[in-house]
Amino acid sequence: MNRLDDYRNVVPKGTIDFLKCLAEQVKGKKILHINSTKLGGGVAEMLRSQLLLLQDLGVDAQWQIISGTEAFFNITKSFHNALQGQEQHISQQMLQAYLEVNRENAQRLSFDADYVVIHDPQPAALIESRSTQGKWVWRCHIDISRPQWKVWSFLKQFVVDYDAAIFSLPRFAQRLPIPQFLIFPSIDPLSDKNRDLSPQEQSQILRRLNVPADKPILLQVSRFDRFKDPLGVIQAYRLVKKHHDVQLVLAGGGATDDPEGETVLSEVREAARDDPDIHILLLPPDANLEINALQRAATIVLQKSLREGFGLTVAEAMWKGKPVIGGSAGGITVQLVYGVTGFAVNSVEGAAFRIHYLLDNPEMMTKIGEDAKEYVRQNFLITRHLGDWLALMSYLGRTN
Amino acid sequence: MWYDVTMGSRIAEHPFYFTGCWELREMAGRSARDEQQLLEAIEEIPLDSLHFHTHSFFLRHLYIAGPYPNDFATWAAIQVRDRVLGEKLGILDPYDFENLEALRTEIVNIIDEHLSQLQIIPRVIYGEPFHFMQSRIIEVPTGLEARSLTEFRNILATVDASVVYYHNFEAILRLGRRKGDFALWIEEQLDLPELARKISRLGFYMTTLESIRHRIIKLCDEVLEKETRG
Repeated sequence: MNRLDDYRNVVPKGTIDFLKCLAEQVKGKKILHINSTKLGGGVAEMLRSQLLLLQDLGVDAQWQIISGTEAFFNITKSFHNALQGQEQHISQQMLQAYLEVNRENAQRLSFDADYVVIHDPQPAALIESRSTQGKWVWRCHIDISRPQWKVWSFLKQFVVDYDAAIFSLPRFAQRLPIPQFLIFPSIDPLSDKNRDLSPQEQSQILRRLNVPADKPILLQVSRFDRFKDPLGVIQAYRLVKKHHDVQLVLAGGGATDDPEGETVLSEVREAARDDPDIHILLLPPDANLEINALQRAATIVLQKSLREGFGLTVAEAMWKGKPVIGGSAGGITVQLVYGVTGFAVNSVEGAAFRIHYLLDNPEMMTKIGEDAKEYVRQNFLITRHLGDWLALMSYLGRTN
Repeated sequence: MWYDVTMGSRIAEHPFYFTGCWELREMAGRSARDEQQLLEAIEEIPLDSLHFHTHSFFLRHLYIAGPYPNDFATWAAIQVRDRVLGEKLGILDPYDFENLEALRTEIVNIIDEHLSQLQIIPRVIYGEPFHFMQSRIIEVPTGLEARSLTEFRNILATVDASVVYYHNFEAILRLGRRKGDFALWIEEQLDLPELARKISRLGFYMTTLESIRHRIIKLCDEVLEKETRG
């Protein structure tokens, strides 16, 4: 695992020393993160990196997880889908079972901390068992801008008892009587997915994936999901292919809990048909180095999502100095400052137009790539995320 | 102030203490889907929120200036796709105004006048609504201090960019120190009124904190070079 000083050469100048100064305000304070899993998923990945670095900053950072039965996690999966806008049937029994598991966990866990941060809906009802000591914060990582109302109003009765809530985008915020803060997610520049790769490492990985280096690469890394619009990406590639001899790489895994993934993948294969310049790569969930190598080898990276949470794959590609063309959805528009750090587009034609434009203007690709990398350095690295935690602790520590 | 012959530099009686800041972003709980709603909200939002979308815009664009210099202009041009209003709001330099209330009045006037010339109110169709935010600024003393101009420029070259923001933007607008802390200290403690004047007159419009930092360092270097030449 990386330590704080390892980041000195990749983050903006003065950042590490500045974080140490900021941390003085909360030195020795205990922050306890609680979520539902230590393995898999972006939240666990972020927490693992952040915890050690917070400890390096003198904060007593701890992490606990709630336990639950398979039935409980099926219920919270339904909650998750309902909060993200999918119609779900949630019975009174399910709500009761959710509460019981939260209460059992409350008996088992210790909330002895200055700050208790509860991640996502699964453990949200633990707030029922808070003591008077400590500030409680609900950290919501999902898009709840269009929730199924019944589930949100159930969850809301707990959320209002927190001292503050955190969302990843302003539009995810809700009408709540507590302060709501905006904290963007972040990438770890020293992780396998983002660290520098030697040219040898990169070409070895590409050879292993059977991606030739003889033509410019258009790349989209994402699940085979309709919201990521892989078919739209193929259409955009075909429009560009009339003018530029490029290849397209669609890389991603299928989520095991997504029955539609197989159907979408079949449609993508059918759309690609026998075009030898379209490469469809099914990657396992831990293919971090492979994604890293593909992003570094790409000429232009696409993330043509129709709907998106934050879309951190955009920041990952930008960090590698790549021009990104993304769908105008969710957090993609926060990352892509139009014409400066990339382009957010609204259609297949828009994507094709911008790919064409960039391929015809290589100097523009270089400039956008450079600015994109700096923009990520300033806004979407793990060190900025640490600063947000420290500032939040400092701020809440002063409020009653 | 005294002159240190060995260091070839003026020495301040009171050092300059470098303070940075961290901006915690809080949702103000209000949004706008069209330009009329934007106008009405701007009339009512707390000044902190107006400050967030105009002045502290710089704190979020440390290295890269966006295509428009404030959030209102950016939203009108990019999200509503009303480039005319984007241009009208984009030319607005928030540092031309004595205070935030005066700035609010001007923004309201611009939008009001713009809407009065239109048959329909431009609204978001494909883009994002405007979400009003406000800043919670956490002051962060860096523990660094300078007693001479050389020390000052050397520290300024390496500190977090928020130091530049805090001692200029935050000091001027929210803390009421009209000249900015750098200019004030250089004038009072180093007796360099000309340098102080140049720093306090630096334009902040359409720029970045990094660019301001470089310009201040350059001005300091010119003075130091002159002093060295005797």
